[in-house]
Amino acid sequence: MHMDQDQVIVCTDLTKRFGSFIAVNKITFDVKKGEIFGFLGANGAGKTTAMRILCGLSFPTAGEALVAGFDVYKQQELIKKNIGYMSQKFSLYENLTIMENIEFFGGVYGLSRKEIKERGNNLLVKLGLQQEAKKMVGELPLGWKQKLAFSVAIFHQPAIVFLDEPTGGVDPVTRRQFWDMIYEAAASGITVFVTTHYMDEAEYCHRISMMVDGKIEALDSPANLKEKYQAASMDEVFYQLARGAKRGEG
Amino acid sequence: MKQLLVFIRKEFYHVFRDRRTLLIMFGLPIVQIVLFGFALSSEVKNIRLVVADYAKDQESRELIQKVMTSEYLIVEQVNADYGQLADAFRKGEVKGALIIPANFGADWVHLDRAPLQLITDGSDPNISKTIVQYLTAIITDFQQQRIATSGPLIPIQTQIRMLYNEEQNGSLNFIPGVMALILMIVCTALTSVSIVKEKEMGTMEVLLVSPFKPVWVLVAKAIPYLILSLVNFTLILVLSVTVLDIQIRGSILLLYFESTLFIITCLSLGLLISNVTHSQQTALLISLMGMMLPTLIFTGFLMPLENMPKVFQIIAHIIPSRWYYIIIKSVMLKGLGLQYVWKETLVLIAMSSILLMVALKNFKVRL
Repeated sequence: MHMDQDQVIVCTDLTKRFGSFIAVNKITFDVKKGEIFGFLGANGAGKTTAMRILCGLSFPTAGEALVAGFDVYKQQELIKKNIGYMSQKFSLYENLTIMENIEFFGGVYGLSRKEIKERGNNLLVKLGLQQEAKKMVGELPLGWKQKLAFSVAIFHQPAIVFLDEPTGGVDPVTRRQFWDMIYEAAASGITVFVTTHYMDEAEYCHRISMMVDGKIEALDSPANLKEKYQAASMDEVFYQLARGAKRGEG
Repeated sequence: MKQLLVFIRKEFYHVFRDRRTLLIMFGLPIVQIVLFGFALSSEVKNIRLVVADYAKDQESRELIQKVMTSEYLIVEQVNADYGQLADAFRKGEVKGALIIPANFGADWVHLDRAPLQLITDGSDPNISKTIVQYLTAIITDFQQQRIATSGPLIPIQTQIRMLYNEEQNGSLNFIPGVMALILMIVCTALTSVSIVKEKEMGTMEVLLVSPFKPVWVLVAKAIPYLILSLVNFTLILVLSVTVLDIQIRGSILLLYFESTLFIITCLSLGLLISNVTHSQQTALLISLMGMMLPTLIFTGFLMPLENMPKVFQIIAHIIPSRWYYIIIKSVMLKGLGLQYVWKETLVLIAMSSILLMVALKNFKVRL
């Protein structure tokens, strides 16, 4: 399997079967370096299953995929080292301070104490949280927690960061600020692979893939998709595509 | 290795910052020791016994004198008739009454037959039996003394010794049981809850996606609780020796070895529970109800296993704490060495290896 210089994820006919149920049905796509890639689909479309394979948590049944240059069959450990992950559930430890969380996750990714200290201090300055460094994360407002969680997810400077519905339950202003951070990360060369149910967020992505019943039904930039489906917004595009879905919830 | 240390440090932060965990961890042993050591003593002390003496002669006075020397009874002499006594029993003011009829001394000397009446509150069978036993012993003794001073010697005198527990210290039996109970609760409940908590909070996902190996997550969770449990065990030992006056007869090293083994068994159980549950409440409920009750019932420190139906005795074999209890009793109280408890030790080793293997195998790498 071949991967171009500017590609970070390449999938060819990636398939995952659970018994007779085909969760992911021969999906083929690629993600470019520094791209913000929106991975959309209704619940049960197979997004999570595909994402688990790309994160090195499960093996595909058939097809091929390279993530950050590593094979999803044979090099799961190397994939894990080169990606970051943040889920919709808030994923920092509430009864650890901000700095302790940074130290812990930095340590888990094998950064040296010196690196953690340097980057950690820079991060606190950037987020304007120097005063709060010794505060328990549980005491921070949700918006701050979310931003911190994202910063921690890219703390080890991964090639790709996977964001699984990262802005669930956050107000529109914080969401906007959160997307500023995503843009900044992408500009620094980190590829962003994001799933979301908010269609206004889908508009922020460079390219979008739309999954319906385990297959990718559409893949293009938001502008092209709107033109193709003659829709005024991504909302409409999503509705037109997802309407044909036969699978329900779960 | 460095990653593991980072993880273990984080676990210690969690424990020391959570007041509830700390309370369960270190409050529980203190409360249990005090409770089982003092309050739940199975021997009966300080029973109130009234004596109604209608004879008021030399013999009756000597008998009363003898009864009064017993340290288990609080003897009170009253001038009461049957009606008043019956009333006192009904109100629960007395648990036992000894009635010496008139002519007690005269009957003793002339008839060789002196009746006495002992009434006890049968609604409290335990205390009743104890009073009857105490008084029978005292009266027999009194009788023998009287005969010895006046007539032939009584040839047989029984001397009773309670081996390993000459002072009849009631808390002796409880301590190994309490140890098993506390270690069981602390290790199983706290480990399972701490893992399930990560699942609930969503941090487990992040850990699974990180390069940190899933199996090491379990190891990193288990090590802090192993260390804390050993500290806990030391606390129980110190409390037993200082507060409850218990002598440790066997090797301390062996005690620690066996306890570490038992702790590992409990930790594996905790890991297993955390694998099959998804909420902290369920994990806690299973560990408390599922572990505490069998420990209390099947270990044999509250109720003797020998008296249970055969089925229960068979079930008891699969309860780890039962084996640990036997080991600790033998080593700590009887001073026996490994050559006497190797079978039980092997059972514990087998149990912990099986549990650990099942737990590791079932640990799901799941988002």
